[in-house]
Amino acid sequence: MTQVAEPTGNPAAWPDSYGEDAKPRMGFFTDTSVCIGCKACEVACKEWNLIPEDGLVWTGESYDNTSTLGANSWRHVAFVEQQKPQRLVDGEAGIDTASESGDVLRWLMSSDVCKHCTHAACLDVCPTGSLFRTEFGTVVVQQDICNGCGYCVPACPFGVLDRREIADSSHDPPPAFLGKIGDGRVWKCTLCYDRLKGGHEPACAKACPTDSIQFGELDELRERADKRLAKLQGEGWNGAQLYGRDPDDGVGGFGAFFLLLDEPEVYGLPPDPVVTTKHLPAMWTTAFVAGAALVGGVVAAFAGGRK
Amino acid sequence: MTRIEPNTQNGRPPGVTSWKGSITEAGTSMESYYGRPIIKEPVWQPEIPVYFFTGGLGGASAILSLAASAAGNEKLAKAARYWGAVGDNVSPLLLISDLGRPERFLNMLRVFKVTSPMSVGSWVLVCSSGASTTAAALELVGRLKPVKVAAEVVAALFGPLLATYTATLVSDTAVPVWHQGRHELPFVFGFSAGATAGAACALVLDPEDAGPARRLAIGGVVAENVAMGLMEARLGFVGEPYRKGAAGKLNVAAKGLTAVGAALMTRKRSRAAQIAGSALVLGGELALRWSVFKAGFQSARDPRYTVVPQKQRRAAKTAEA
Repeated sequence: MTQVAEPTGNPAAWPDSYGEDAKPRMGFFTDTSVCIGCKACEVACKEWNLIPEDGLVWTGESYDNTSTLGANSWRHVAFVEQQKPQRLVDGEAGIDTASESGDVLRWLMSSDVCKHCTHAACLDVCPTGSLFRTEFGTVVVQQDICNGCGYCVPACPFGVLDRREIADSSHDPPPAFLGKIGDGRVWKCTLCYDRLKGGHEPACAKACPTDSIQFGELDELRERADKRLAKLQGEGWNGAQLYGRDPDDGVGGFGAFFLLLDEPEVYGLPPDPVVTTKHLPAMWTTAFVAGAALVGGVVAAFAGGRK
Repeated sequence: MTRIEPNTQNGRPPGVTSWKGSITEAGTSMESYYGRPIIKEPVWQPEIPVYFFTGGLGGASAILSLAASAAGNEKLAKAARYWGAVGDNVSPLLLISDLGRPERFLNMLRVFKVTSPMSVGSWVLVCSSGASTTAAALELVGRLKPVKVAAEVVAALFGPLLATYTATLVSDTAVPVWHQGRHELPFVFGFSAGATAGAACALVLDPEDAGPARRLAIGGVVAENVAMGLMEARLGFVGEPYRKGAAGKLNVAAKGLTAVGAALMTRKRSRAAQIAGSALVLGGELALRWSVFKAGFQSARDPRYTVVPQKQRRAAKTAEA
C-alpha cells in the first residue's frame, strides 16, 4: 500500500508485473497554446471508440456543448472567453493584444482527457479489478468485468469517469433488474488501448490538425513540454504553465499532462489534485479504532446496569 | 450519468448569488469553468444510505448479541441475533440493486483489495451475514447450540468493521465533505450503528430486559452527535453542505429525532415511552445516514468546495518552498 501513498513517480505494479511484455509508459502532452477548438479530437474519439450520442444540448457556454468529460465524452474541448492580455511585456499587457479601449478578448481552448494518473484513485478503489494498468502504464476499464458499482466515479479527482445509462446499440441490452435499463457500466478514455496494441497512435492525436495533442513516450513528452514552456514564457505568454507534468504532485504526475495558459480551475480542472487513497492507511486505522470504540460502548452498556 | 443542462446561471453554481461575496467568505478568490463541477457526483441511489443504516444495524447487533449472551441476558441476545440477521440480509440486496449491472454482483468477490474499501466491505459483509444468518437460523430451529455460539462469535468479530467501514468507503473519494471528514466519520457511523441496534432491540423488548439496549441507544446518540459536531466544526467552509439544502434539513431532522428519542428512552419503566423513543431514534439514525449521503452530492456539485481548499493548499506549499 505504500506505493499508493508515496510519490514514487512510477505507477504501482508497472512495469514489473509485465516482465518482458512491459512497454515504455505512453501518454499525451496537450499543448493548449496551439489548440484551435476544432473538436476533431472529440469526433475522432467518438468514431473510433463507438461512443453513443448522449443528447444534443445548446449550453450557451461559448462553443462548448460537451461541457464535461463523462461516459460518452472521452475528449472535451473547453472554450474560455476572458478579458485578459494574451502576452505580458515586463508584467504589462503586451504588444499584440492591448487595444486603445483596453477591451481585450482572449479565447482559450483546451482538449481535456483522462489523465492516466501515476497513482490512480479509480484503479485503487475498483472492487472488481475491472480497472487495470496496461503494459503501456495507462489506466483502462475492462468492460466485461465492470459491474457498475460506481465507486470510481466520485473517487476520480478530475471527474473523468461516469456510468453510461444508454443501451449500447452494438450489443444486446443487459437484463432489466428492478426497473433498470441501459448499459450500467463505467466508461472512460482507454488511451486507445486497441490502437496502441497495433502500433498506432490514439485517434484524437491522429486527428489533431495542429499537434496540440501530442502522443508519445512520457519521458520524451516531458522534455518537449519543458522546452515549449520555456519558449512561451520567454515570449511573455500570460499564465503559461505545465499542469500534471511534475512526478512529485498529488497523483504522482499525469500520464496525460497539459500546457495551460491560465490557472487550472479556469478550465474546470482541480488546482492541486491528490489521489484519495493517499490517506487510506490512516483511514483504515480510524475505522478500526471507531469499531473498537463501538465495542467499548456496547460493553459499557452492560457494565452500567444490572444486566 | 451526468446530464448536460443549458446554463441559466451565468456561470454560477446553483445557489450562489454572487461570486465575490461567496468566495471571499472562504478567504480565497477563484474562477471556474462556467460554474461546472470539477468532480462527478456519485451515481449511487437511495439504496446506499439505507444500506449504511442496515449495515450499521447488522454490525452493531452482532456485537450486542454476543455481549448479551455473555451477560446472560438471553432475551436481549435473541432480539439482537434476529436484528443482526435482518440487517445482514437486507444489506446485500440493497447493494446488488444499486449496481449498474446487478447480474454481475459476484464480480465483487473475484479479488480482495485493501486499497478498495468496497472490496474489503464486500468480503466483510459476506462473512458477517453468513455468520449472523446461521446464528439466527439455529436460534429459530433451536438446534446445534455450539455452532450457533461459534457463528455468533464470528459475526461479532466482523461486526465492528461492518459498522464503520462504510464511512471509510465514502471518505476514500475525491468528494471534499466526505474526504475531509475522514477523521470523524467512522466514529459518527460506528456510534450511529450502536444507537440503531440498541433502539431496534429496545423496540421489541420489555423495559426490564432492555436495560443495556436502552443505554446503548442513548449513549450512541450522545456520542454520535458529539462526533458529528466535531466534524462539522473542523470542516468549516467545506462542511457547508451539512447546513444547506437537503443535507442540512436531514441533519437538523437527525439531531432533533435522536435527541427527543433518546430523552424518551431515559424513562426506564414506561413501555410506551420506550417504543416511541426507539422509533424516533431509528428514524433519526436513518436521517443522519441520508444527510451524510446527500452532503456528498452537494459537495461534489459546487466547484468551490473542490477548488478553494486546493488553492489554499497549493499556496501554502508555494510559501513553504
